[in-house]
Amino acid sequence: MNIMKSKNKNFFKVLRSGINTTYQDLGRDNLYHIGIPFSGVMDKRNFQLLNSILQNNYNSPVIEFAYQGPHLKYFGDEIFFCISGNVSFKIITKEGSIDGNCYQCYSLKNGDEIDIQSTNKSVYGYLSVNGTFDIDYYWGSCSINTQANIGPNNGKKFFNDLEIEIININNSFNKRKLDYLGGTIQHIRVIKGTNFHYFSNSSKSKFFKENFKVTKLSDRMGMRLDGPKIENIIDPNIKSEGLVKGVIQITSDGDPIIMLSDHGTIGGYPKIATVISADYDRLVQLTPGSNIKFKDVSLEDAETLYKLYNMETDNLISQIK
Amino acid sequence: MIKNILNLGDAALYCDFGNEVNQEVNSSVIKYFYNIKELNIEGITNLTPSYNKLIISYDLNFHSFVSLKKKIEKIEIKKNTILEKNIIEIPVCCENKFALDIERIENKLKLKAEIILEKFFSKNYFCYMTGFVAGMPFLGDLNQEMRLKRLETPRVKVPKGSVGITEQFCNIYSFETPGGWNILGNTPQNIFDTSNQSRPNLINPGDTIKFYRITLDEYNEIKK
Repeated sequence: MNIMKSKNKNFFKVLRSGINTTYQDLGRDNLYHIGIPFSGVMDKRNFQLLNSILQNNYNSPVIEFAYQGPHLKYFGDEIFFCISGNVSFKIITKEGSIDGNCYQCYSLKNGDEIDIQSTNKSVYGYLSVNGTFDIDYYWGSCSINTQANIGPNNGKKFFNDLEIEIININNSFNKRKLDYLGGTIQHIRVIKGTNFHYFSNSSKSKFFKENFKVTKLSDRMGMRLDGPKIENIIDPNIKSEGLVKGVIQITSDGDPIIMLSDHGTIGGYPKIATVISADYDRLVQLTPGSNIKFKDVSLEDAETLYKLYNMETDNLISQIK
Repeated sequence: MIKNILNLGDAALYCDFGNEVNQEVNSSVIKYFYNIKELNIEGITNLTPSYNKLIISYDLNFHSFVSLKKKIEKIEIKKNTILEKNIIEIPVCCENKFALDIERIENKLKLKAEIILEKFFSKNYFCYMTGFVAGMPFLGDLNQEMRLKRLETPRVKVPKGSVGITEQFCNIYSFETPGGWNILGNTPQNIFDTSNQSRPNLINPGDTIKFYRITLDEYNEIKK
């Protein structure tokens, strides 16, 4: 990589921070035992595609936003940026304003602005540049965990007037793009949980037959669902034990809650099922009001589906031109 | 000893040490945790010890359930694994403004506040695990007559530093977070330090905790 040493400081100024804008990378490992979750990007495929298009390192930090993204003004030498996901955004220059396309690189000159208006039929979108955001690492990751205030920005989400410095700009960069529409999902595939037997037969069958609705009480920690009440016939609590991403717990009220990237590391509600790794990226993109239907798969199938999902991502990366 | 290994989803082993929750079972969990951690097995992404379970998360690109299960079953736990056991003293102020649930505890236990606090402070507690949020210790065991259930409706926000009890356990809220424990006081002591990356937790599994009571003036003095 040909790194250009710039005399000027290159930076974004945050004119509007957006709803839940943070830095994320692949997250931090091996800290569950002290109560720190992985964190990291919610939608790993879109993260991988973005870094591939921008020819950045595999684990380069990106800006993650939910629903409404940030409005940024750029100061410095010419750079390129790209946005992944299903996102509406405008690029505002001296010549005027144009609508941008996702998975495509655009040039940014001094004084240009990016206004990320909204994600469409999805929750998360990602922005990065052909360079590195100058931010600090905490336990090997730049991911912001707003729950425990871990990460850059004192572990807090973006705020107005924040300055984001960009270093290590890749000067040998050539613009590339990908034609990709993203995937929707009808069924979320799960593996039965360690407390599956805690629930009545009729509830177990409802869990797989009926629709659940994603509620507004969903964020990076978890996704609460609304649907038929799941009746517990043993005990609404278990002795608190470790959780992982994708675990579906049933609360005392009989509602499912799915653990997402910033989840509490320990929980005391029975686990009815766990979302398979292959479906996680598409699960987190479901907006409040969406319907979910759960489908039971075996562990062996889940392992194969994960390999297929990764092959599909690799295939998309190979189509970047 | 591990009684059984199941899968938790497609990327974690669920090692079950039985249904009992006591210090002996928990010490066995913690020994496994340290022994596996020491092996630095590539592709293991997290180890989560709790009262009587150990969850081992892994990267599916490195392991399948069957292959990792075999590996874990073969691990020999060193008999002489010595757990680091610190004794940590934690100041707690039980003034009314901190003892959010003292009336509820009085009613449920049918004991006067002073008796409850006397019983609470007269005992040392063992740290079974830390987690839920960063640094939160789960401590036990409370005397039989001190045990009560969680709040029916959890609080949306429990203040940082709150000391709570539920069933046979007590805990300290390391952050402001939702929670349903019965709060009887608050500590000015910071128990999770983000800036200390090698040892962010003041309290770790296996440690012994001695709570001692302080006045509001002492609380404010430490808080400075």
